[in-house]
Amino acid sequence: MGRYVIRRLLQMIPVFFGATLLIFLMVNVMGDPVQGLCGQRACDPATAAQLRKEFGLDKPVWQQYLTYMGNVFTGDFGTAFNGQPVIELMADAFPVTIRLTLVAIFFEIVIGITLGVITGLRRGRPVDTSVLLLTLVVISVPTFVTGLLLQLLLGVEWGIIKPAVSPAAPLDELIVPGLVLASVSLAYVTRLTRTSIAENARSDYVRTAKAKGLPRRRVITRHLLRNSLIPVVTFIGTDIGALMGGAIVTERIFNIHGVGYQLYQGILRQSTQTVVGFVTVLVLVFLLANLLVDLLYAVLDPRIRYA
Amino acid sequence: MPEPPFDDQGAIAPTGAGGTMDLATEEGGSLEHLPGGPLGTGPEKARSLWSDAWRDLRRNPVFILSALFILFLVTIAIWPSLIASGNPLQCDLAKAQEGSQPGHPFGFNGQGCDVYTRTVYGARTSVTVGVCATLGVALLGCALGGLAGFYGGAPDAVLSRLTDVFFAIPVILGGLVLLSVVQSTTVWPVVGFMVLLGWPQISRIARGSVITAKHNDYVQAARALGASNARMLLRHIAPNAIAPVIVVATIALGTYISLEATLSYLGVGLRPPTVSWGIDISSASPYIRNAPHMLLWPAGALAVTVLAFIMLGDAVRDALDPKLR
Repeated sequence: MGRYVIRRLLQMIPVFFGATLLIFLMVNVMGDPVQGLCGQRACDPATAAQLRKEFGLDKPVWQQYLTYMGNVFTGDFGTAFNGQPVIELMADAFPVTIRLTLVAIFFEIVIGITLGVITGLRRGRPVDTSVLLLTLVVISVPTFVTGLLLQLLLGVEWGIIKPAVSPAAPLDELIVPGLVLASVSLAYVTRLTRTSIAENARSDYVRTAKAKGLPRRRVITRHLLRNSLIPVVTFIGTDIGALMGGAIVTERIFNIHGVGYQLYQGILRQSTQTVVGFVTVLVLVFLLANLLVDLLYAVLDPRIRYA
Repeated sequence: MPEPPFDDQGAIAPTGAGGTMDLATEEGGSLEHLPGGPLGTGPEKARSLWSDAWRDLRRNPVFILSALFILFLVTIAIWPSLIASGNPLQCDLAKAQEGSQPGHPFGFNGQGCDVYTRTVYGARTSVTVGVCATLGVALLGCALGGLAGFYGGAPDAVLSRLTDVFFAIPVILGGLVLLSVVQSTTVWPVVGFMVLLGWPQISRIARGSVITAKHNDYVQAARALGASNARMLLRHIAPNAIAPVIVVATIALGTYISLEATLSYLGVGLRPPTVSWGIDISSASPYIRNAPHMLLWPAGALAVTVLAFIMLGDAVRDALDPKLR
């Protein structure tokens, strides 16, 4: 197990540098960061050259990348367009998005798995068919449309929630945005759990457990569920990164000042440092979540043992 | 089309290294066929995976419905004037945000354009984006994934790491970064972006299914008979490895159409004067309270389209998956 963890950590290193380099190149293609500092007007050439030298932008791209990564590992993510350190923006934004993501994952686990178990055990019945249809509808409507409609109905028409989330983003205001963020993944979790449960319900060990005379509840929770949830755990784990990246749409609809909001501002104002910094952290979160999923495998499935 | 794989699996088990292959194949074959239906000795035994799948699909109402809808969609994407006589760019500001009227069943949008005409013409953009992105992703993904799976070794290791790199970048973020500088009014930047970030999904699947297929006996037999690598890949491996790619690509087509709308909502996707569902939904979103019809019609069209592609993919998967038979 220890050797496996080390090997996985070593494999992460090239992927991390590859992904961050790719983002770094994309952002450099994106535009001139100095122009962003001058606002709407064109930069005075002398000032531009001065700024370029100050930020090291006159050096080749690979050298800029190395300098940047060196700084990142000492905790220095550079400064945003308004002179605020990017790390301060992160300290404000990440807790909000992490809270939002946690709410979304909570919904995925509770609603998704419950619906999946119910439908998987009742394949072909009306409950199954209607839930399946519902998941298809949720998957095919884009998240931003779901979000806008829920905001209109719950927030504006019926006044159950506040249409916009306050800057502090307390947990209770994040319930509906979290549901919107989770919606598509929620449908996938339901379908995945359903397939997995239905497949395993016919397996020998479930028949044995029933034949031993175990109560139905125990057969389902201890035997069936534990074996069926392995693919679901994988999905939810890899989804963490996608949720945090996809939060940009939800955060825009509900005016949440999280990672997506800061990134959007960074891109609008061509603040290279903000964009690269936030994306670097997101990539790291994604890689760590994947590692965690692989390690969880061993706990959930004793057939998988790492040498 | 080579024989279905279950025949040679049946042959491996009883004979081992030597033995009379003919007898074993017959035994293996008939044993395989015993549980389900009549003994497969007649001419129908030669049915391939594809003709089997087609038989299933023809009887599947979900498949028929979604295929008919997609056919309809493609038809109006090519000839939108068949069902919409107006011009999507001809607008009358005096009628802005007005509801349904005779001759204008879906009402008017914020600029006073006819929502029905724009929704019909929007199909062309969405279908173009979906089809082109899927074709690009499938070609690139199959080529890279297939070659990596077939040759293995160092190219395979490099490609696998490269796939990981692309997977680690959130799609919408990549779109915001890359597309925010593009000032084009065509669909090509969006399509190019989708191909750039989408190919790893297909290449992973193609790689896996090529690796499974290349160990089959008929591939080894072709190698023993002196077939070239290209012949083995194209003639023997590809037809048996393509099924999962087709399923995933069909479903992905729907998600690309949806992604285009999301990017347009964020302001980095397609740009006017292109007529697209995504642009119409996003320009209607500030007025959703007073004039919801401006948003609901294009959003409905988009949702039904995505749904049709997902259901088509699901039906094809069920038909191609022998485990479910």
